[in-house]
Amino acid sequence: MDAQAQEIRSDTLRRWGLALPAVTIITLFSILPLVVVVIYSFLAPGDFGGVRWQLSVEGWFSVLFERDIFDDTVTLSDAHLTILGRSVALSLATTVITLILGVPTAWFIATRPARQRAFWLFLITIPFWTNLLVRTIAVQEMIRSEGVFNNLFLSVGLIDAPIQMMFTNFAVLVGMAYVFLPLMVLPVYAAIEKFDFRLAEASYDLYASRLYCLRKVILPLVRPGIIAGSILVFVPSLGAYVTPRIMGGGKSMMLGNLIEMQFGQGRNWPLGAALSLTLTALVLVALVWYTRLTAGKRRG
Amino acid sequence: MQRLTLTTALVTLALPAWAEGTLNIYNFGLYTPPDLIAKFEKAYDVSVTLTEYDSNETAIAKIEAGGHGFDIVVPSAAVVPIYIEKGLLLKSDPNTMENFKHLAPDWVDVSWDPGRSYTVPYVWGTTGVMVNTDIYKGDINTSDIFLNPPEELKGKINVVPAMNDVIDMAIWSVGGESCTTDREVLKAARDKLVAAKPFWASIDYASFEKFINEDLQASVFWSGAAMRIRAENPGFAYGYPKEGFSLWQDNVAILADAQNMDNAKLFLNFIMDPENAALISTYTGYGNSIQGSEAFMSADLLAAPEMTIPEAAKAVGHFQQTCPPEIQDLYSRIWTDLTK
Repeated sequence: MDAQAQEIRSDTLRRWGLALPAVTIITLFSILPLVVVVIYSFLAPGDFGGVRWQLSVEGWFSVLFERDIFDDTVTLSDAHLTILGRSVALSLATTVITLILGVPTAWFIATRPARQRAFWLFLITIPFWTNLLVRTIAVQEMIRSEGVFNNLFLSVGLIDAPIQMMFTNFAVLVGMAYVFLPLMVLPVYAAIEKFDFRLAEASYDLYASRLYCLRKVILPLVRPGIIAGSILVFVPSLGAYVTPRIMGGGKSMMLGNLIEMQFGQGRNWPLGAALSLTLTALVLVALVWYTRLTAGKRRG
Repeated sequence: MQRLTLTTALVTLALPAWAEGTLNIYNFGLYTPPDLIAKFEKAYDVSVTLTEYDSNETAIAKIEAGGHGFDIVVPSAAVVPIYIEKGLLLKSDPNTMENFKHLAPDWVDVSWDPGRSYTVPYVWGTTGVMVNTDIYKGDINTSDIFLNPPEELKGKINVVPAMNDVIDMAIWSVGGESCTTDREVLKAARDKLVAAKPFWASIDYASFEKFINEDLQASVFWSGAAMRIRAENPGFAYGYPKEGFSLWQDNVAILADAQNMDNAKLFLNFIMDPENAALISTYTGYGNSIQGSEAFMSADLLAAPEMTIPEAAKAVGHFQQTCPPEIQDLYSRIWTDLTK
C-alpha cells in the first residue's frame, strides 16, 4: 500500500519534471508577454510613446468608440469599425480565393503517381525560400500601371489606357491570395493524400453520381484539411501588415497597420495593446469555430 | 577538434583589434554619402556599419527597445526633445569640439538643443510639393496640388506619410496654425484631407523610381529628394506652397549606450568640417549649417531652387514643432480618419 502510494507520487513528480521545460517556455514566451500586453492596455499613454502607470480604460474605450474631435459627443468609432470590417472582409475573401485555387491544385498533386508528387510539392514550397517583401514587390511589378499585365493588355488591344490596379483593395487581395496560397494547398493535400480512393470506387459501385460522391464521400473526409487550410490562411490575413502597406499604398489600413500606427506616429500604446488583444480575440473566435467543426465530425 | 580550438583562439585574438575601430551609424534611408563614410574610414582607420530607417518613429522605437548596437542616430529637430527627455542621448558636448567654430551662429542656440550640448546639425530642408511640370503647367507653389488637385494630376499623386507635415499643410491651407487647439480649424483641415484623398494614388514613402518612371506625377515631398529626382527626370519641379510649408533640421547625436563613443565623437567633429559638410549636401540635396562649406559645393547645387527658399516664400515657412500630447492625439485621430 505504502509502496504503491510512493510509486504514484514519484510518477507524478516525473511527469511534472518532464513537463517542466514546456511549461517554462510557454509561460516565459507566451503567457508573460500576453500579460504585459493586457496590463499595458489598461494604462494611460505616455506623452511621447510608452505608458504612464495609471489605471485607464481609455484604450479599450477607443477600440470601438470615439469622442468627437469637435463637440466631445461619444459615437461608435467609424474609422476603427471600417478598418476592422475591411480586415475581416479581405481575410474572408482571401480564404475563399485560396480555397478555389488551392483545393483543385492539392487534388491534382495528390492524384499524381507517388514519385511525381514530391516534385509538385517542391514547386509549391519554392516561394517560401524568398522573402515575403520580395514576393510582394514581384506581384506589384505584375499589376502596376506600366507592369506586365497592363502592357500585355495594351499590346493586344484589350484596353486603351492602363487600368489602375495598384493601391486598391483589389491589389491587397491579389497580394494576400498569392502569398498565402501555399498555406492552403499543403494541409488540403495532406488530407486528400490520406483519402482511400477505393471508397470513391465503392460509392460509384453503389450508383452514386460524381457530384454525390464528392459531396457525401470525399468532402467529409478531406474536410479537416480544408478547415485547417482556411484557418492557416484566415488568421495571418487578419493580422497582415506588409502586404496591405505595399499593395494598398498606405491609403486603406488593415488592423495590422492600425496597430503599428499606435506604437509609432500615434504614440498611443494602450490603444495599440487593446487593438492587438481585439485581434487575438478574433483569432480565438476562428479557432473555437474550428474545434467545434472538427469535434462535430468526430461525434457524427 | 584541435583545429577548431585553434580557429577559436585566432578569432578571439582578432576580435579586440576589430572592435577598436568600428562605428555603427543609424540614419534615414538614402541619406548617408558613401564617399563621406569612405573618407572617415580612411582618416581614422575605423570600419563603419550603416543601418537605415524610414521614419523618426521607427528609429525611436528600435532604440528604446535596446540591444540595437548603434552609436549614432540622426533625429529630426521635433523629436530631439523626446530623445533627451527619455535619456537616450549622450551629452557629448559638441560645442567643445574643434570644428564647432564652423557652425553657423543661427544654428547654435536652437530650441531643441540650446547651445548644442547633444547634437550637431546634419542637414536642413523643407517639406513642400513636387510636380511633373510636363504634365501640369499651372502654379506649383500651392498645397492645392494635393489638397484640391488639378484634373491632370488626379490619381497620380503620392503623399508621404509624414503625419504632422501633411496635417500642418492642411491646417495652414484653412488659415490655422501648427499644433492648434482650435477644433474648428482641425475639423476643417480633416475634412479637406478626407475630401482630397480619393484623388491620391498612395500614402507612401514611394521609391524615387516611381517618379522617374512617371508612375506617379506629384507628391508631398522633401526638397532634397525632389532635387535628386529632378536630376534623373528634369520634368519634375519643387514648389513652396504659399499657404505654408514646413522647415526642419535633422541632427546627429550619440546614443547614451553607444559602444564606440570615441569614434562617434570623432564623427561628430568630422561632419562639422566644411569640406565634409559639403559632401553631405552634394549627396542629399539639402543645405548644411556649416560656414565655408559653400566653397566645396558646385554652383549648380548652390543655386538649386530646392535649396534656396525664394524671398516671397520665406514668410510662410514654419519650423517643425513638437506638439503637446493632447494635440498629437488629435493629429493621430485625424490621420486614422484619413487612412481608414
